[in-house]
Amino acid sequence: MHRRTIGSSVLLVFYVLWSGVALAATDASSAMPSAMDERVRACTSCHGVQGQGLNNDYFPRIAGKPAEYLFNQLTAFRDGGRTYPPMGYLLAFLPDDYLRKISQYFANLQPPYPNADQSNVAPAVLAAGQRLVTQGDPARKIPACIACHGARMTGTQPGIPGLLGLHASYIAGQMGTWRSGTRHALAPDCMHSIAVKLSDKDITAVSSWLARQPRPADPRPAPASGERLPLACGSQPQ
Amino acid sequence: MKPTLRSPGSLRALRTTLLNTWLATTKSRRTRAPFVSGLLIAGVIVAGSAALLRASHTPLIAEARAADTAASAPGASADTRSDIVKRGEYLARAGDCVACHTAPRGKLFAGGLAMETPFGTLYSPNITPDAQYGIGTWSQDAFFKMMRTGRTPDGTLIYPAMPIAQYTKVTRQDSDAIFAYLQTVAPVREPNRKHTLRFPFNQRNLLYGWRTLYFREGEFQPDPTKSVEWNRGAYLVEGLGHCTMCHTKINMLGGSSQSEQFAGGLIPVQNWYAPSLTSDKDGGLGDWSIKDIVDLLQAGISDRGAVYGPMAEVTYHSLQYMTEEDVKSMAVYLKTLPDKSGRKSGPSAPTNTNVFALGEKIYADKCALCHGAKGEGKLQHYPPLAGNQSIEMDSSVNPIRIVLNGGFPPGTMRNPEPYGMPPFGQELNDTDAAAVVTYIRTAWGNHGQPVTPREVNELRNAPLH
Repeated sequence: MHRRTIGSSVLLVFYVLWSGVALAATDASSAMPSAMDERVRACTSCHGVQGQGLNNDYFPRIAGKPAEYLFNQLTAFRDGGRTYPPMGYLLAFLPDDYLRKISQYFANLQPPYPNADQSNVAPAVLAAGQRLVTQGDPARKIPACIACHGARMTGTQPGIPGLLGLHASYIAGQMGTWRSGTRHALAPDCMHSIAVKLSDKDITAVSSWLARQPRPADPRPAPASGERLPLACGSQPQ
Repeated sequence: MKPTLRSPGSLRALRTTLLNTWLATTKSRRTRAPFVSGLLIAGVIVAGSAALLRASHTPLIAEARAADTAASAPGASADTRSDIVKRGEYLARAGDCVACHTAPRGKLFAGGLAMETPFGTLYSPNITPDAQYGIGTWSQDAFFKMMRTGRTPDGTLIYPAMPIAQYTKVTRQDSDAIFAYLQTVAPVREPNRKHTLRFPFNQRNLLYGWRTLYFREGEFQPDPTKSVEWNRGAYLVEGLGHCTMCHTKINMLGGSSQSEQFAGGLIPVQNWYAPSLTSDKDGGLGDWSIKDIVDLLQAGISDRGAVYGPMAEVTYHSLQYMTEEDVKSMAVYLKTLPDKSGRKSGPSAPTNTNVFALGEKIYADKCALCHGAKGEGKLQHYPPLAGNQSIEMDSSVNPIRIVLNGGFPPGTMRNPEPYGMPPFGQELNDTDAAAVVTYIRTAWGNHGQPVTPREVNELRNAPLH
């Protein structure tokens, strides 16, 4: 008992020291990690302390996305709508209420965006990407991305995610899984019906253009709108 | 699965010459469903090749959750169901029926869970009360006979992916209650999927061989020299709980012996180690308090450690719903399992100095924040690593996998918002991961053995889920 008390004291001292160092290093806003900060360490070790994502294609930005969207993704990973074994494994035995709380936690964060992609892409490709994102392709019945994801492309409450702050390869990868059907959303799965109309070239164009956009002045998702979506989406019921 | 009943002497000899073929299911937790054994044809035992397999685990079960909620929903607002139905629901949870009889995103108890094996795929059956596709036309007698004998009403032998060697111990009264409950769930008009086992594994006659060796029909017999509480615990652990399906070692022939019951074992293919429940020397519960065992089983966390891997599923779907009284009785029984060897003692194993130093540094960088500078943990969400049997076990599988894969304890009624351990597989290479696991297994007086980068590497491909 006595030993344990000493152990705890040592631990506390370490903990406080560490917190101080961490604070100095990251300029975090709160003095001590909250219980939620601690609970979600299994998330933030890959998605970044603020959910800002890491500099690779597997760990995207999750911060600031609408809570309902994040919740839909967590349940999809858990229940099989999205397949990524490390995520499915972590979430397998977590109940909905807790997943909602985790979703809200990350939805509330707005860490800085990464710098826009500067890699060399042919202007014609970017122009094609911009066209699809902002105008779609009526001839092929492809709606503009911004029709649902918001004019600022920061998403729309409650269920539509923002498209900025993501790597081109991540966006392209997701479009590929929508198209092949390995990523599902709540029915009707509108993104699947759009993705199957996209060619590889379209996907390259859209993802390259999106990754080059500057960080938004107002990163918050647009409020829910009464305007009808161009097509029915299970994750954004109207 | 661990058919664990003692074989009669005459068969024991046969058993050693027999190559038992096991199929293991891939379902999550109980993936240790071994199965099918020698062929008994015209009195001649022919054997299949031994194989301990387990298919990769299918993702779990959306509807099981819905199921959990749905099943408890009637209780939310004045549960008007009859007592036998309520008791049956409770017992069905004790038996964890939902985990196998509900498919991912499937309807409650409609079956269809794929259990893939190298011999083909098994699908759990629909046990809803649908007259055509479920068990709607079964009688209470027929259901009981199935539980007791491991045969469906038309006499078909059930593959021991179903824990028939354990469920045979269930009392008539409890079987009737489970049946009464199952008759109240929503009928689902979904046909059973046909097993797609290849020849000869699709020959159910194979099961006669397996049954001869491992199936002893008969209800649990209380030990009159023990307390009521102990007997209740024994009944739950050996019967509905079917704990032995994972916690008994499978031998080289794919069999297991009574003497090894509850002594722990690697869950084939799934690659988690189900620790011993008997000997303190390698796992074991001898020096655990009843409170810690109850906490671990029911809440998923305790002062001694948390459940993880396949056991997290058992707590999530089954144990968290059991009464404190029942879980306590299980703990009382488990603590009386034979404990011959006592805890490991003596100095820690020698390690390569450089490896130890590297591990110590990584530990300080990445682990000490939560688990403490000296592995003392921070109760109750950060388990101590010093003196932790999960870390010290002879098998290094679990500590390596936890470092690589991380994990959340299950979200339970007593611990609805568990703290997660981060995965480190993406940031530690094999050498680093081996060093830190070696460190935690040998520091602070721990009695584990060092691990090699190769052991780490092999577990990077272990099935997740």
